[in-house]
Amino acid sequence: MRVSAQNNMENSVELKKSKKRRDRKRTLVAYSFIAPNFIGFAVFTLIPIICAFALGFVKWDGNNPIKFVGLENFKRLAGDSMFWASLKNTLIYCIGTVPLTMIASLGLASILNQKIVAKGVFRTVAFFPYVASLVAITAVWAMLFHPSKGPVNAILYYIFHMKNLPNWFGGNLILVTLILFSVWKYMGYYMVIYLAGLQGISAELYEAASLDGAGSWQKFRYVTWPQLRPTTFFVVVMLTINCFKVYDIAIMLAGGGDGRLGTSSTVLVYYIYQKAFVEWDLGYSSAIAMVLFVIVLIITVIQFKGNAKYENS
Amino acid sequence: MVKKKTSMHRNQVVKKVLIYVLLIVITAIMLVPFLWMLSASIKTNAEVFKVTPFQFIPDQPQWSNYRDIWTKIPLSKFIGNTVYLSVVVTILQMLTSSFAAYAFAKLQFKYRDGLFLAYIATIAMPWQVYMVPQFIMMRGMGLNNKLLAMICLQAFSAFGVFMMKQFYEGIPDSLCEAARIDGMSEYMIYARIMLPLSKPALSTLIIFTFVNTWNDYLGPLIYLKSESKKTIQLGLKMFIGQYAADYGLIMAGSIITLIPVLIVFLALQKYFVEGVASTGIKG
Repeated sequence: MRVSAQNNMENSVELKKSKKRRDRKRTLVAYSFIAPNFIGFAVFTLIPIICAFALGFVKWDGNNPIKFVGLENFKRLAGDSMFWASLKNTLIYCIGTVPLTMIASLGLASILNQKIVAKGVFRTVAFFPYVASLVAITAVWAMLFHPSKGPVNAILYYIFHMKNLPNWFGGNLILVTLILFSVWKYMGYYMVIYLAGLQGISAELYEAASLDGAGSWQKFRYVTWPQLRPTTFFVVVMLTINCFKVYDIAIMLAGGGDGRLGTSSTVLVYYIYQKAFVEWDLGYSSAIAMVLFVIVLIITVIQFKGNAKYENS
Repeated sequence: MVKKKTSMHRNQVVKKVLIYVLLIVITAIMLVPFLWMLSASIKTNAEVFKVTPFQFIPDQPQWSNYRDIWTKIPLSKFIGNTVYLSVVVTILQMLTSSFAAYAFAKLQFKYRDGLFLAYIATIAMPWQVYMVPQFIMMRGMGLNNKLLAMICLQAFSAFGVFMMKQFYEGIPDSLCEAARIDGMSEYMIYARIMLPLSKPALSTLIIFTFVNTWNDYLGPLIYLKSESKKTIQLGLKMFIGQYAADYGLIMAGSIITLIPVLIVFLALQKYFVEGVASTGIKG
């Protein structure tokens, strides 16, 4: 009796040990799956992110000793007119691009989600601008919208008899050109996302709406739109974040030969780049980067909160 | 009754026609810049802006534009660098992301949720926020002006892991359980069961990674300084800066840079919408 109890105990200890060993082995296996990506991710993304926060509070040119300056960089921002111009332009660009792209991509996706001949062709073509390289495609836009020689202004002149032809790449109009270009380039991408969302809506909902006598608009208003809410949420968040990151479009459409941007077309990322890699004012450029980060964070949080509130109600 | 039916029918037809007209207009807007590029690439500078009358193919097509661009700039070097970067980054990204995503989706282990949160938190963080410290760090590692820097930069994205994890979560756990009972190791389950099932997600990831790496501008601009290291985007931009008025050549160069991404996209696009739908990047 006693012997068997002892045996049992030994067995259970043995069992526990082997379970522990199995758990440890399982964890090791899991880590081996993660390690290749995580090591690269930690070294090249996580560490720089942590450093980015610290860099905003120092003065450093990349070579000489680092000097801690507290909030000095942020105080400098307040009186920097070029910074405010960058922020203003970026905001205007976002306010124009986000709703227009959303509406265009949703509209196109709704059309392509119907029974249409050769819809695959339309879908593929709408995606072309997204995959096309920016350098190549902005070169074409520069030709098409050329103030004196381009076909767009030729149409305005010969067909609409416009006398004062617009300069699409100068003054305040450059932001409009940037917005138009972004909508054109990125609507195909968001269209695919909306298309995926539309395909997830059950056909029964539409049948039920039809039985209730709903027309196309009512179906859109009462079935499609509410059902697409998570998709729209995702699209708006991604669009906003991507708009704040705008850099290369501005450089290529507004930069001219030397790639410099003036007050009417400068954007936040351009200013970060300029301060860091041209002037080597690393602390100050990181302070601007922090502003970019905080704005993106606030927008994301607001949109998350709004979405959660809507879903609860 | 009959009359009402025909009028309803007519309405349907009108609606269909309107939809097609709208679609064709949108498609035209999407395509015109590309057609213009194609046409301008075989024109002389005197011809490129001529719209009255517009000739899609000029009387004397300047095929020489496609020959000259290779000697005006070291285009083959640029293309070689870009192909190398895009292929290596895409392969690394695919392997490491799908590998890590399998563990996050199908395995239980310590700190799983915490580690995944680190990934999620960085997705919303624009790269531009930390590009400066990243550059300083890479420079410290001696990677400045090396193609390897671009690989390190782009091969381990959080986005890939997130996307693949979303997709794997849609695959039933019972499939893995059954395989485990049959004595398959986790590595075998990943290679034999998960990978073959993830064609749509992998195709989507390949399209995104390849297109982004191929078209990246700011990254190479910061890291690749010497001409022999430049990518096609930097090279083409440099050419535009130097020969701003050589429209025919610029367009020929542009067409050449577009071809590889279009091939990758067209080859994989049949999986694409399915991939977007199943990986939950729709949200």
